[in-house]
Amino acid sequence: MALIEIDNLSVTFTAQGRHVRAVEGVSLSVPARESYGLVGESGSGKSTILRAICGLAPVSAGTIRIGGEVLRHDKAFVRRVQMVFQDPYASLHPRHTLDRTLSEPLAIHGLGDADRRVMQALEAVGLPTSFRFRYPHQLSGGQRQRVAIARALMLEPEIVLLDEPTSALDASVQAEVLNLLSRLRDERGLTFLMVSHDLAVIDHMCDRVLVMQHGRAVEELTRDALAGAQMKTDYARSLFEASADRMMG
Amino acid sequence: MTLTEWLRDPNPASRRQARLGQAWLAWLRLKRNPLAMAGLAIIVLLLVLAAFAPVLATHDPIAQNLQNRLQPPGSPGHWLGTDDFGRDIWSRIVYGARITLSVIALVAVTAPVLGLIIGTVAGYFGGWVDAVLMRVTDIFLAFPRLILALALVAVLGPGIENAVLAIALTAWPPYARVARAETLTVRNSDYIAAVRLQGAGPVRIIWGHIMPMCLPSVIIRVTLDMAGVILIAAGLGFLGLGAQPPLSEWGLMISAGRKYLFEQWWVATMPGLAIFIVSLGFNLLGDGLRDVLDPRSAGK
Amino acid sequence: MTLLSVENLRVTFDTEAGRVEAVRGVSFSLGRERLGIVGESGSGKTMTGRSVLRLIRPPGRIEADRMEFDGQDLMRLSEREMRALRGPRIAMVMQDPKYSLNPVLRVGDQLMEGLRQRDRLGRAAARAKAIAALEAVQIRDPERVMDAYPHELSGGMGQRVMIAMMLIPNPDLLIADEPTSALDVTVQAEVLRILDDLVRERGMGLIFISHDLRLVARFCDRVLVMYKGRVVEELAAADLLNARHPYTQGLLNCLPRIGGDRGPLPGLDRTAPWAQEA
Repeated sequence: MALIEIDNLSVTFTAQGRHVRAVEGVSLSVPARESYGLVGESGSGKSTILRAICGLAPVSAGTIRIGGEVLRHDKAFVRRVQMVFQDPYASLHPRHTLDRTLSEPLAIHGLGDADRRVMQALEAVGLPTSFRFRYPHQLSGGQRQRVAIARALMLEPEIVLLDEPTSALDASVQAEVLNLLSRLRDERGLTFLMVSHDLAVIDHMCDRVLVMQHGRAVEELTRDALAGAQMKTDYARSLFEASADRMMG
Repeated sequence: MTLTEWLRDPNPASRRQARLGQAWLAWLRLKRNPLAMAGLAIIVLLLVLAAFAPVLATHDPIAQNLQNRLQPPGSPGHWLGTDDFGRDIWSRIVYGARITLSVIALVAVTAPVLGLIIGTVAGYFGGWVDAVLMRVTDIFLAFPRLILALALVAVLGPGIENAVLAIALTAWPPYARVARAETLTVRNSDYIAAVRLQGAGPVRIIWGHIMPMCLPSVIIRVTLDMAGVILIAAGLGFLGLGAQPPLSEWGLMISAGRKYLFEQWWVATMPGLAIFIVSLGFNLLGDGLRDVLDPRSAGK
Repeated sequence: MTLLSVENLRVTFDTEAGRVEAVRGVSFSLGRERLGIVGESGSGKTMTGRSVLRLIRPPGRIEADRMEFDGQDLMRLSEREMRALRGPRIAMVMQDPKYSLNPVLRVGDQLMEGLRQRDRLGRAAARAKAIAALEAVQIRDPERVMDAYPHELSGGMGQRVMIAMMLIPNPDLLIADEPTSALDVTVQAEVLRILDDLVRERGMGLIFISHDLRLVARFCDRVLVMYKGRVVEELAAADLLNARHPYTQGLLNCLPRIGGDRGPLPGLDRTAPWAQEA
């Protein structure tokens, strides 16, 4: 049984009487410990799927199951599923120290031993423990994204949703963050659902990838099919060709 | 390690040190603004006057001396002159500072808190909660503040406590507006989504995450409003609905001097000057704080 | 022929935290060719581009031993003379068209503004010229775009409008600061092709600022690699993939590749001797 099962999901936003279908009839399933990628251009609905899983976007049709259970947004859910956002400059509270940001989930769930857990979390993402009482504006973009990752892992979830976690970062910092994510995934047996516009990043991180366009699923590719350019649809091919300079060799 | 080194430590060892360090940086920024420092000096002076009133006052503020009435400024023993009951104006202004300060302090701890709660709750929940709370706010805003305060005092009865209550009840709507506007911009940010995703309830989100973002704009607004509060308190005193004689409230003193405005100008002018200077002080400080605390300029 | 020559350019900011040097002694010269400036954020590449137009706000300061554009000393020109240069002679395209177009004016009016004011063209003539400019950037229905407000355009469309606007006065030098970073990959390729054609046809000089080495290698003739406000390496774009400098190599190697082995990506060693010296 797959850990994440999405069946025929549609998301419709209603604004001033107008309905905008951001996602239409998308299905996918991700077994435990697999990493699954969503790729597409802006407006393809890839991030909306992640937000729908988290309850941040309205599901208008279809079902989302986590571990076989229909999605309920309660405290048990948030301990299984966490998310890392795209922009590390917007996802950390500007007036909270790292200590506050990281200990908040512990306080919400009544978990004790905050001191030790915060220090461990900082160490796990490769930040010096002396940063504990810094504010976000005293950190670089890459360091902030490490904090965001640490925060997502505070509740020891099984599933981490990654919304373009490196697109706001420099290439060398992106490499460090991707390495960190791979390491944490191996150490903790995490399942990733990752959104990116960059095929090379998806290929590096994910076992399977779903190409999306205008809110619909276009084609699902395994990693081998992607590297071997064995795509069946024109759109997936054009996306692939636009990333041709990112091929191996 | 010296105190400044401790404050500037890039790796603070506790939340308290981190917070004080940030406050220290804000203070350094404020210090570069000479006008704000002038405003701060005026307010500190007011605090000193109020704290050391018995020492600084040369006479008993309510002791009458009818032989000595309406002495001009510079007369022996009365450098600001005396009023129509022969009371020393300087001493009355010094003791009046206590009343002004307590009015300000009481209004400053009630109205903004009320406004902040109403504004953030309305902004965060939206929908009918927002509609109801903001229409109530609109109703309060629809009346001129002094008129509304007058009506409230008329109902509650004259006196300094009721004046404070009336001012506080009329002063909160602008803070609710400011807090709501700020909440609307913060509500959809990723960091609020992140804490919601960790299972936080609305109380925790509003109190711990949204209010700290609204606080700076409310504080700026409060400082800028303080001049208005002083003026309304004085206005109520002037109309006989605030502090009651023989209390040396500044507005009341102007009211008493009104009869002698043309011949003995100092009786009304001296407390008027005091009101003017203190109002100016708060306005200058408020402008300076805006540059320091504004979330849009901080952290860059 | 040299269009622009810059010698020992410095940009410094005096802040509370002390003096920050964003650009520390950059020299280069440019003919009617495509020069790429690459580097990470904070490398000073954007500041270098903006300095040429003297668009650095206080407390930032620009200093240079020489900064000459077509025989004019840019450091000595008055603000008025600079304004006459910006636009007609030197144009700039920024990263995000959202912030460069006025949101409350129609695209057509913004395109025609310069033509009507500066070139004193009549309404019909200005409109015809603006439409021609939109056609030049391969906008299929220029009439519709002329009457649209900026928020009604997609990112790619907005960026093409920006390029059209910049190219109307036929500048000699175009500075493009990450012109395609906010765009989707497929749109990106298209915008670059348009830019390339225009530069070739009109014989403009181009300064192309980007964080993407591979993009610059494909698109430019010559590349400056910047790190912490200095140029660490200057080379022909064709040789970029064989760069010598460890920083350039590091930037190239740290990108993941399609079909790569998924092992840890090589990071950039910022404690190496080259980084200490910089």
